[in-house]
Amino acid sequence: MIIKGKVWKFKDNIDTDVIIPARYLNTSDPKELALHCMEDYDPKFVKKMDQGDIIVAGKNFGCGSSREHAPIALKAAGVSCIIAKSFARIFFRNAINIGLPIFESEEVVEQCLPGDLLEVDTVEGIIKNLTKNKVYQTNPLPPFIQKIISLGGLREYVQEELKRREKDV
Amino acid sequence: MGKTFAEKILALKSGKGSVIAGEIVTVSPDIVMSHDNTAAIAKKFNQIGIDKVKHPEKIVIPLDHCVPAATEKYATNHKEIREFIQEQKIENFYDINTGVCHQVLPEKGYVLPGTLILGADSHTTTYGAFGAFSTGIGRSEVASIWATDEIWLRVPETIKINIKGEIPPGIYPKDIILHIIGDLGADGALYRAVEFSGKVIRDMDIGGRMTLCNMAVEMGAKIGYVEPDEKTIQWLTARTNKKYEIIKSDTDAEYEKIIDYDISSLEPQIACPHTVDNVKPVSEVAGTKINQALIGTCTNGRIEDLKITSEILRGKKISNGVRLLVFPASMEVFARAMELGILQELVKSGAVIMNPGCGPCLGAHEGALAPGEVCLSTANRNFKGRMGCKEAEVYLASPATVAISSLYGEITDIRGDLK
Repeated sequence: MIIKGKVWKFKDNIDTDVIIPARYLNTSDPKELALHCMEDYDPKFVKKMDQGDIIVAGKNFGCGSSREHAPIALKAAGVSCIIAKSFARIFFRNAINIGLPIFESEEVVEQCLPGDLLEVDTVEGIIKNLTKNKVYQTNPLPPFIQKIISLGGLREYVQEELKRREKDV
Repeated sequence: MGKTFAEKILALKSGKGSVIAGEIVTVSPDIVMSHDNTAAIAKKFNQIGIDKVKHPEKIVIPLDHCVPAATEKYATNHKEIREFIQEQKIENFYDINTGVCHQVLPEKGYVLPGTLILGADSHTTTYGAFGAFSTGIGRSEVASIWATDEIWLRVPETIKINIKGEIPPGIYPKDIILHIIGDLGADGALYRAVEFSGKVIRDMDIGGRMTLCNMAVEMGAKIGYVEPDEKTIQWLTARTNKKYEIIKSDTDAEYEKIIDYDISSLEPQIACPHTVDNVKPVSEVAGTKINQALIGTCTNGRIEDLKITSEILRGKKISNGVRLLVFPASMEVFARAMELGILQELVKSGAVIMNPGCGPCLGAHEGALAPGEVCLSTANRNFKGRMGCKEAEVYLASPATVAISSLYGEITDIRGDLK
């Protein structure tokens, strides 16, 4: 999969309460969650961003609670991919499980600016900064994790796995 | 070279002879916990297209996040959960009269050394205090475990933290863990297993060990772990007769890092807004006015914490203008505190005793903050907006610091009153 979008930069330790405040957790509707995405950090973020834009963040993105609402809100708001220096581990898993591609790269984060246009090859882990004309090779995710993301999430993956096992039996 | 606890238990649970840090393994957990988020997980489970959960006996569900229900929406959520557990014949269900999940699971005997416990809650790391491998996962993952009895985990590298020295008066396990998080940072143990060891840990009661492991996730850790000892066995014997096998790191295990702390001259520690690693010694923030003081949550709502609180407040009144909310972590703790006369004393001092549950820790109900207000809390998170209001401030401290501060109406050094 090739993703193209412009960069929105965020600092270190963006926590899940900032991504989607707990006061909105009484809904699981992605569209409703998307409306409040990042609202305590930048109330206009959702309005300002375009569909397909990419979040580029510092260390420990998504720290805090185990709420899956956090990556769901970002994906539903139109974020196509997140590149961070590092991710909090539950957010990392949750993003994969709802089909939101994520990459870790210190270099990309340090060298890109807000508004830069990025192109991400999710299979090869190659990230191009089209504005700065630079290419970065990141560690691609293991194939079974890529499969979870490309199928749309863990539910779809499990459905496929269960079908496959039924056939094997 | 020997193996760490994390490597040994994940080798066992994945059925492989041996695994090393960095490897990804497929495991079958012993216990899967979810709470008020069970209805949302049930919807995800139903979408998979299977009728029955594979192992109902492995599923434990306490209701705790918003109990009793604050609104129709929360009430409907609870109702859906009660219907689901009936349908699925899930017997390990604890309704609103039981307590916070991380207190309830150990109390009811689900947490055993050498077991693998996964929960749809980030503070599932708490059970490492009993020598379990336990960590938080997402909702889709819980649904998928219900369906398949499997999940992938990465074998974490291990950081060993040795805590040495003599605990000074006025210093509690909460101060120790806040100090470590402040030092290592919110990502200081990202993806890592953290083993707490040393004389201070061996001398520490089970409640204190739970406080440390509970907050290990606040420095990014996958698990916290304390090697089980006589104290662990004694605590468990009173609650369960299930068999278990203690798993320990080998003496020559390969640690990524070993960090030593000497806490002999530690001051009471305060995590300041709005990150848990923004930790300062009390001397730097003493005098900060507070509107609300909170004793409770899965971090510090145990009988040990309530005892400390009542010893400090005994015969005294809290400051005018401060609201002191006390949430025993479970009904067992509540009942014990009643027997000991603790709750009666706290009420005389001006505290509001609440029912066991998460309370306002995550801002859902029962003591949310208004703009401009300050809360000093024994909880584990102080993120912006955490307690229901993004223009409020939350400071974190030990129960002793919260109790003494409620008497003076400002953040106070407990050691001043010990002299």
